Amino acid sequence: MNRQLNRLAIVAVLLLVALVVATTYWQTWASAGLQDRQDNAIQRVVQFTIARGLIESNGKQAIFAANKQRKVSGQTLYFRRYPQHTLAAQTIGYSTASRSQAGLERSMNDYLTGSNTNLSNAFKRALDKLGGGTVKGNSLLLTLRPGAQRIAQQQLGNRCGAVVAMNARTGAVYVMASTPSYDPNQIQANYAKVLKIRGDCGDGSALLNRTTNGLFTPGSTFKIVTAAAALDTGAFTPTSTFEDPGYCTEYGQKVYNAGNPDQNGPEAFGRVNLATGFQHSINSVFCNIGKQLGAKTILDYAKRFGFYKTPPLETPADERSPSGLYRVTKTGSHLDDPKDPGSVDPGRLAFGQTTMLATPLQMAMVAATVANGGVVPKPYVVQKVLAPDGSTVRDTHPANLGRAIKPQTAADLTAMMVAAVQGGTGTAAQIPGIQVAGKTGTAETSVAHVYTAWFVCFAPADNPQVAVAVVLEKQANGFGGAVAAPIAKLVLQALLHG
Amino acid sequence: MLTGVGFASVYIARKSEISAASLTYAAFFFALYLVAHLVARYTVPYADPYLLPIAALLTAVGLTEIYRLGPSDAFKQGLWVVIGVAVFALVLLGLRRDYRLLENYKYLFGLGAIALLFMPLLPVIGQTVNGSRLWVHVGNLQFQPGELGKIALIVFLAAYLREKREVLAQGRLKEWGPLLVIWGGAMLVLFATGDLGSALLYYGIFLALLYAATARVAYVAVAMGLFLAGAAALYKATPHVQTRVTNWLHPWTTGKVFCPLTGAQALRQDCGSYQEVQSLYSIGHGGFGGTGLGAGTFTTSSGHQIIPELNTDFIYSALAQELGLIGAAALLMLYMVFVLRGFRVSLFAGDGFSKLLAAGLTFGFALQTFIIVGGVLRVIPLTGITLPLVSYGGSSIVSSFVVVAGLMLVSNRANAEVEGAR
Repeated sequence: MNRQLNRLAIVAVLLLVALVVATTYWQTWASAGLQDRQDNAIQRVVQFTIARGLIESNGKQAIFAANKQRKVSGQTLYFRRYPQHTLAAQTIGYSTASRSQAGLERSMNDYLTGSNTNLSNAFKRALDKLGGGTVKGNSLLLTLRPGAQRIAQQQLGNRCGAVVAMNARTGAVYVMASTPSYDPNQIQANYAKVLKIRGDCGDGSALLNRTTNGLFTPGSTFKIVTAAAALDTGAFTPTSTFEDPGYCTEYGQKVYNAGNPDQNGPEAFGRVNLATGFQHSINSVFCNIGKQLGAKTILDYAKRFGFYKTPPLETPADERSPSGLYRVTKTGSHLDDPKDPGSVDPGRLAFGQTTMLATPLQMAMVAATVANGGVVPKPYVVQKVLAPDGSTVRDTHPANLGRAIKPQTAADLTAMMVAAVQGGTGTAAQIPGIQVAGKTGTAETSVAHVYTAWFVCFAPADNPQVAVAVVLEKQANGFGGAVAAPIAKLVLQALLHG
Repeated sequence: MLTGVGFASVYIARKSEISAASLTYAAFFFALYLVAHLVARYTVPYADPYLLPIAALLTAVGLTEIYRLGPSDAFKQGLWVVIGVAVFALVLLGLRRDYRLLENYKYLFGLGAIALLFMPLLPVIGQTVNGSRLWVHVGNLQFQPGELGKIALIVFLAAYLREKREVLAQGRLKEWGPLLVIWGGAMLVLFATGDLGSALLYYGIFLALLYAATARVAYVAVAMGLFLAGAAALYKATPHVQTRVTNWLHPWTTGKVFCPLTGAQALRQDCGSYQEVQSLYSIGHGGFGGTGLGAGTFTTSSGHQIIPELNTDFIYSALAQELGLIGAAALLMLYMVFVLRGFRVSLFAGDGFSKLLAAGLTFGFALQTFIIVGGVLRVIPLTGITLPLVSYGGSSIVSSFVVVAGLMLVSNRANAEVEGAR
């Protein structure tokens, strides 16, 4: 009988070995996959046993995200609170019990929970665990300036819009205002209410980060890009002359200048040069430039400024959009890089109409590039990641995305933008004692006399510090120079004097 | 042997300290195992020295985890361990001269097994818990008679197969009668009570002993075929079984499916397979090193327990989370050593009844571990049975101690014979 018993013993041991193998599988190989599952009730709790790092602005003027402790069945849990409420809410994001996250809370989760992979980090974490201590996450120091951020959001008010301000040299982002905004403290308990928040524009979610994910027709602010192409290619100079009858003829049809608010019908300037055309934002001038350069050259220059690429930033990639031509299909709106640029209307493209869409961040990058002598600064909003003991885990060093235009082109553009603020469409942005360089934009929408109002600028013009882009959606008779420029001015003042 | 018991008690003490239990627990259990050890020394001096310490260790691990999950349950479990050790001592004392006289009462054991299995189906004292009618309650006392029925059945099978193994091996149909009647009755009762895990266990023990006694692989093959056919028929006939299998094969759905528990549409992981899935999350969360005893997460942020039946059916997933792969593997190793010692007892036993008895008890112990832990690990469909010596539950503890006592009796006799022969 012993032979059978031996075999039975082998079977019994194999059964138990199978259990060891299965346990090993679930605890090593499959462990990460299990942890990522949405319905994992343990992970939902475990995330709260970690004291997430703070999110605060550089210089500790404001804490955007902190923790409140609560004891639940013997475990200390850390729940998130957002002391600044609606301030920069879409950029900070949220992290709630139902395991949903957004903004920096989502994209920087590994840092905030201290689980960023690094041997000494993992070791410290294991020690914390063994010692029964709380795992503490790393803190984020942001480049945001709470004062200017607050002014921007107050100025936007209940209108739908966005303000982006950044250091024109380094790319450090100072302001990321998007309205309507929401209070991240409300996400857990009142999510339905948050979803119902509407600005004056009537639609559009408060959760949308318009600074990086909002796509707007750039209108005349795009003339900076067109002018850059015109000058940088050498095809035109600031003194190149044009005849403006009030319209430009394209495909046998008249493309009119923008309506003069004081008269009925489009303005006509007669014989002007390129600088004047830029100063007064004359569409016919740019229409003719566009026709001569062709859509391909303009789009190539747009790409040099960062169009057609999702701008780099620390926020989640799906909360940022690339700027460029968009094509609407059955499945939605898609970025469209035409194989045959000849199919694009070059005249209208030149003054930012057609299907061109841009994010406020992209337009701020355009202004910053001109200010920075033609080199595109790489935007960033996280200055430092700090370990709980105060040591620096990650430090952001300013970088650039390459040269877009020659220094001379940038200088010429600066002069034209200064003129536009001194005696052109952007006079509302003038600051006593500081030279502001700017460009207005008043893009047509599908509704007559309702515009997307823009102002893109930087200052001081002789020693650029700050670049700003302001956009306001669905403004009835709202011209960029009248509604957007004053906001840009206040933000500039706050940043330059603050 | 003393070292083993000592190690066990140190282990208990250390564990108790970490989980902030009073040291009196440890001292008390040290004393308890000292008593068990002394009884064993007196009654079965030649018994295998590993069995009792391993049983003590497993009980200690279980008790510690039960304490961590709910101190009030640990007190009750502690009482049951005392009763278990008492029964262990009684069995050793009662049968120390010659346990083989049990062989003479084999039909009594057979009928007793069926009676014990039938008890929960009786009105008044029978009780249904979680859809399975497994419990008997008399006054405040609850008991699963099936746990002891299992041992009675093993005694019967060992005795009967020892007697008839030659004729059965020759394939004489007549001799199969009593065996099939007893066994069939047991299976019928099991399906009636809805306890599939135990049904699988009994069938497995039956097959193992049949093979050991007759050495006929063909019997095993035929019985396996019968089992598969029965399983297929059962799958078709009972929605209960279908649900179990579906939950096992497809625990996660991406879209909502009909949820038989609420009658509404829901993701399966939020409905039928909720326990299995959350238990896997618990195991996965443990990772390699575990969260540490007392540091695991078993409740939601509002304080609700995530996995029901955590200290019985799912105690392995609780242990795996807190002790990690290292601890879980060590626990399984303990089972493995116990099982190997058990088979060693069986191999060295002098007579057929002793061999079959030891093999049946040991194989049953291993198979029960496999069925519950395999179910928790999604190796096989989940059926609710206890993890021997570790899970919360008095009947299980007591019957496990009877298994330990039985193995020690057999090994004592075998070793004594060897000693005597020298």
